[in-house]
Formats: sequence, C-alpha cells, structure tokens
Amino acid sequence: MTTLPPSVPPAPAATEVHAKVFGATEHLAPPPGKIEVPAERMKQWLHDMLLIREFEVRCMQAYQEKKIGGFCHVYIGQEAVAVGCTAAVEHRDPIVTAYRDHGHALARGMDPKYCMAEMFGRIGGCAKGKGGSMHMFDRDNNLFGGHGIVGAQTPLGAGLAFACKYMDEVIDGKPSSRVALCFLGDGALNQGAFHEALNLAGLFDLPVIYVVENNGYSMGTAIARGTTMAHSLVTKAAGYGIDGYVIDGMDVVDVYAEMKRIADRCRATSRPAFVDMRTYRFKGHSMSDPRKYRTKEEEEVFEAEDPIGKLQRRLQAAGQLADDEFKAMQKAIRDRVRDCVAWSDASPPPPPEELFTDVYLEPWGPYTGSTQPEMNGGTVNPAGFKTIATKEELS
Amino acid sequence: MTALREIEFRDALREAMSEEMRRDKRVMLMGEEVAQYNGAYKVSRGMLEEFGPRRIIDTPISESGFAGMAIGAAMMGLKPVVEFMSWSFSLVAADPILNNAPKMLYMSGGQFGCSVVFRGNDGAGGQLGSTHSWCVEGLYSNVPGIKIAIPSNPYDAKGLLKTSIRGSDPVFFLESERMLGNKGHVPEEEYLIPFGQAAVIREGTDCTLASWGRPVHFCMEAAEELQKQGISCEVIDLRTVRPLDVGTVVRSVRKTSACVVVDQSWSFGSPGSELASQVHRHCFDDLDNYVHRVHSADVPTPYATNLEQEYLPNARKIVEAVRSATYNL
Repeated sequence: MTTLPPSVPPAPAATEVHAKVFGATEHLAPPPGKIEVPAERMKQWLHDMLLIREFEVRCMQAYQEKKIGGFCHVYIGQEAVAVGCTAAVEHRDPIVTAYRDHGHALARGMDPKYCMAEMFGRIGGCAKGKGGSMHMFDRDNNLFGGHGIVGAQTPLGAGLAFACKYMDEVIDGKPSSRVALCFLGDGALNQGAFHEALNLAGLFDLPVIYVVENNGYSMGTAIARGTTMAHSLVTKAAGYGIDGYVIDGMDVVDVYAEMKRIADRCRATSRPAFVDMRTYRFKGHSMSDPRKYRTKEEEEVFEAEDPIGKLQRRLQAAGQLADDEFKAMQKAIRDRVRDCVAWSDASPPPPPEELFTDVYLEPWGPYTGSTQPEMNGGTVNPAGFKTIATKEELS
Repeated sequence: MTALREIEFRDALREAMSEEMRRDKRVMLMGEEVAQYNGAYKVSRGMLEEFGPRRIIDTPISESGFAGMAIGAAMMGLKPVVEFMSWSFSLVAADPILNNAPKMLYMSGGQFGCSVVFRGNDGAGGQLGSTHSWCVEGLYSNVPGIKIAIPSNPYDAKGLLKTSIRGSDPVFFLESERMLGNKGHVPEEEYLIPFGQAAVIREGTDCTLASWGRPVHFCMEAAEELQKQGISCEVIDLRTVRPLDVGTVVRSVRKTSACVVVDQSWSFGSPGSELASQVHRHCFDDLDNYVHRVHSADVPTPYATNLEQEYLPNARKIVEAVRSATYNL
C-alpha cells in the first residue's frame, strides 16, 4: 500500500478551456487526497485502460478495412470512466450503458475477442453477431447492454435497481445489497426518458447511480448549445431529490475513489445518485465525424490530460512502474488485441438458421419468421387432419 | 347441478393476476392508479390489500419511464405486469415497449429475455375522441418478438393472462373498456389457454367470420341476423394475433368457401390485412370470392356518438360484408 500524491490540477490555460467546454462555475469534487490504493490494483487499471485504448485503435483500423459495419463509437479518452467506475462497484452489481459501450464491456470483464467478433458480425461475438457495436451484452458479467437509442437505457437502469432491491427485500427478505450503474452521455440529458427515470429513481428510492459521461458534446453540439444549466448538471438531479457529484473523469484514481464513496453510500442508503463525470472523447462521435465543431487547441489540452498517461506518470513517479514492465504490459496488450482480430477473422459468420433464433424464448413451433402457428408442421393441415368436405358435398 | 360461476371480465383479469402473484413472488403489478385508487377501471381492486405496496405499485403518469423500468426489472428476472390505463398512452412509451422489450433477446444473442406483460384498455371506449381510442394492434402486431392477446370474454381473458404472466416472452395484452363489465362463465378451477389457438365459437357452413376482441360480439350478432336470412356463419375468435392461428381459419374457409375478417384497427397494414392475405394464399382454390374485411373507418376516431358508431365495425357492416362475400346482395 502506498500513499499517493493528490492529482495535479490542470494548468491555468487548461482551466480556461475546461470552462469553455463544461461551463464556468462548476467545481470539481475535492481530490480524494490521501487514498490507499495498492500499486498492483493501479497497474491493473493501467492495463485495463491500455487494453481499451489498443482495442479501440484496432477497431478504427478494422472499420477502415470495412470489417466492422454500421455505426461504431470508440471510447478513446474516456477509459478512466469505465475502468474506475466498474472498479468501484462489485461484479454482481448490474451495469447498463449507451452505444459507446466497448469500454464498459471490456472493463466489466468481457473477453475482448467476443467484443471484437461481435463487431465483425461473427458467430463468436458476444451476441452471435446479432447486436453489433452499439449492443454489447454479457450476462456472465452483469452487463445489460449496450443501447442504441439515446437515453433509452436510463429507465432500464432504474429497472435493474428496482429488481435488485425487490429481489433482496421482497423475495429474499433481507436488506437491499446491490447498486446498479447506468451510464449515459451528456446528450441523453435532454431526453424525456432520462427525466422520467430520475423521477422514478428518486420517488422509489432506487439504488442506481446515473453516471453522465460528460464529454462536452452530444455528437457535434456543444453541451451548452443543447442543455440548460450545462455548467451545473447536478441541479437537474437536485430537482428529483437526488444527490449530485462532479468528478474528474480523466483521472482513474479520482474516479475510483469518488465512485467508491458514492456506491457505498448508495448501497447503504438505497438511494440514487447522479454523477457529472467530466471527460473527453479524443476521437469523433462516430467513425464518420471530422470534428469541425471544436478546435485543435482544445483537443490538445485534453490530450495532455490523457488518463492513461496520467496514471502511467503517477506510477512511474512513485517508483511503482519500471519502464520495461510498462513496455512488457504494452506489448502483451498489443499481442492480445492482435490475436482478438485474428480470432474474430477466423470466427465464421452466423449460420443462416440464426436469423430465426432468439426471437422468442417460447415460440409456438419452430420459428420461421411469421405470425401463424401452422409453421409447427410447415403445412396448414397438420398430419391426421380430416379434410373438410367440399361445399358441394355439404349442400 | 350448481349454476356455472359467472364473473365480470375485470374480475377475471384480477383473478389471473392474483393467482399468478400468489404462486410466484417475482410477479408484481405497476401502473397508474393500480394500488390506492384500486385501479382506474377497478381491475386491480383489493390487490393492494392482499399483496401490499411493494408488489402493487402506483406509478406517476410516466409511461416511458415505468415501461422501461419494468423492462429493466424483467431483464434481471422479475416478471412485472404493467397496466396502461389505456393503450393509447403506450405511444409515449413506444421506445421501451417496441425497441427494448421485443428486441432484447435477439440483440443479446439469447442472453436476456424479457418476461413482462403490458396490459390495458384498447380501442374506442365510448366518445373518448381520437387520441384515446387507439387500436394499437394495428401498429404493434407488425413487430416480431412480442406476443399479442386480444380476448373477447372473461374466460379467455383469465386463461390467456395467466399464460402471459407465466410465459417468458413480452406480451401485449389488449382489453376493452367496453367489455370490462361483461359477465361470463369462469370456472373456479385453474386453467390456462395457450397462445395461437383460435376458438370456433359458432359453427356454420356458408361463410367464415374471423375476428378477435370486442368485434367478436358484433360477429355473433351478425351471425344471428344472417341465420334468419338463411346464411349460416362460422365464427372464429382468434384470441391472439401474435401468434395468429391461421390454420383454424383456413380449415373453416375450406368448408365455407367465403371469409370475412373483422378487425377494429385501421385497415392499412393491420392484423386483419395479414389474416386476409394468409387466407388468400392458403385458400386460393377454395374461395368463391375475395376475403372481405370490416375495419374501423380510415379516419381519426370521431367524438359524436353517431359518427363513432358509424366509424366502428358493427353487426350491420358485417352482415353487409357477409352478404357480399356470399353473393347474396
């Protein structure tokens, strides 16, 4: 165990850029100061963030090679959020997120080859190639998607928390013991579903933490252009009686420390929480975004706060990460992700029969994609059916 | 011999929910006014008293929120029953009920099912005007991944609702405000009715009348009238439109050679048009005439009593359609 130095505040010039992106008045939560995190744990986070970064770089490459189709939103720059948040909760706590979901899947423990194969549209994918980049699901790791419609996952997050609490208290007759994590982007703040979900979470005392990954832009629209009170998002939560917190999402140790505190409190009180997680996506909204709505200078300020570099420097300054150890970590990750791509390339496309599976858990016969039950024999008249007499015979 | 037990449609619904809640703690009911108010239409009367506020939950008027919440809870393994005061109000919850519930299993490659029942009043309630008179089956039956039940009587309502709750797939259960007070025989003993099994509720030889939900009663009225006119109708209550028991209709049409489909939703892209298309396909050589259809008029639902009556399917329109289909004009 080592005592870490508090994280370094951004330089004055950077502070101005922060104010421009997120608004002027908000204060970050005070740095956690003395926090005891074992070096091994931080190295694991460094590894996890590097894995997401490398994975996303290879995704972009695969997208350019047309191995990945549709929409693809990469997580580069925001890695500390998924890694720090999942570290702060327990594995049995359910998680749900939006469409920029590869990072959450990996942070939650999904084998990256299943994630990559999913995007390649292969049978080896986490959803057998039926979900795609925006819809990563992993039951074993309590990841409830990957949801493509902005804000749609926010009522689902309330439902996950509702079920956790109901199962513990009503079915098992013991105290509520789980919290749900629901991630959303700042663009989702203006969806009705979000406000309805917050009202329900506040009203029903649901143990759910809404983590707004506030990267300053909903697609190409700067947050203040689309969202009232952009400089103080926590006031939105306050309107629903929910405690709000602001966290520096570019520092994984801060994210972990603050989220741990919030999650512990949420678990103990069975009350919801709201987090304005200040972060930045280094790449465009999706693969087709030329980022003309922001300046190179702004990007450089945030790139200087790269959560990976930050943790790497911190560990190295504390003498906890030797250069060759770091290089070995990088190489192992590069090899692993390269293997993921090869594995996904080798995974066959889903067989045609998969088109008609997973539509119903209880179909009314072999499901072949229609509404009538005659499909169970393939003919209108099942075997042994007595043909009805013709009209002439009847008359 | 004791008289057959008769109860109201709303009582049958309540019995189905209560019985399933007694046998499975994962089942709970949520919706607007379902608890303290005893249900806007008294379907859930007394349930708060029996099951308590943790399982009978009043929600705010927030359909998108609580529909989505129920779906999230179902993904975790609960079995929520969600009451929409009217299916017309489900339109503001279109994203969760159409984009989440029916697609979760598929998008997750079979990892997450969604055992949730959405139920409530569907169709014209009686001068409620355009916004409150939706027949949502016209819209929703288009979507794979959901099952849709539209019972016409208390017996079917109870048996189908129990099947809905006990099953593992998302179900849209469409009731009618106009039928909640209808009485019918419902036995004391437990029974379930499988989905996709139509009921032949009147046998006949000249024309097949196929319908579901409230218009089934108009079909029976029409069949009575037509009998007097010497035309014998076979009336089939489909009971569910997803799955749709085309086979039973086809077998009947092979006997009668004529078919009229009666569907309260609008005609364009409706369960009625689907059934008619299926009958045309399977009975191409059996039909003496094209399949006739009786729907609500292709206009927004009017308010005035006379216009609303003229808008909806009714026995007179069905009689006319049958006479036309059987060349008795």
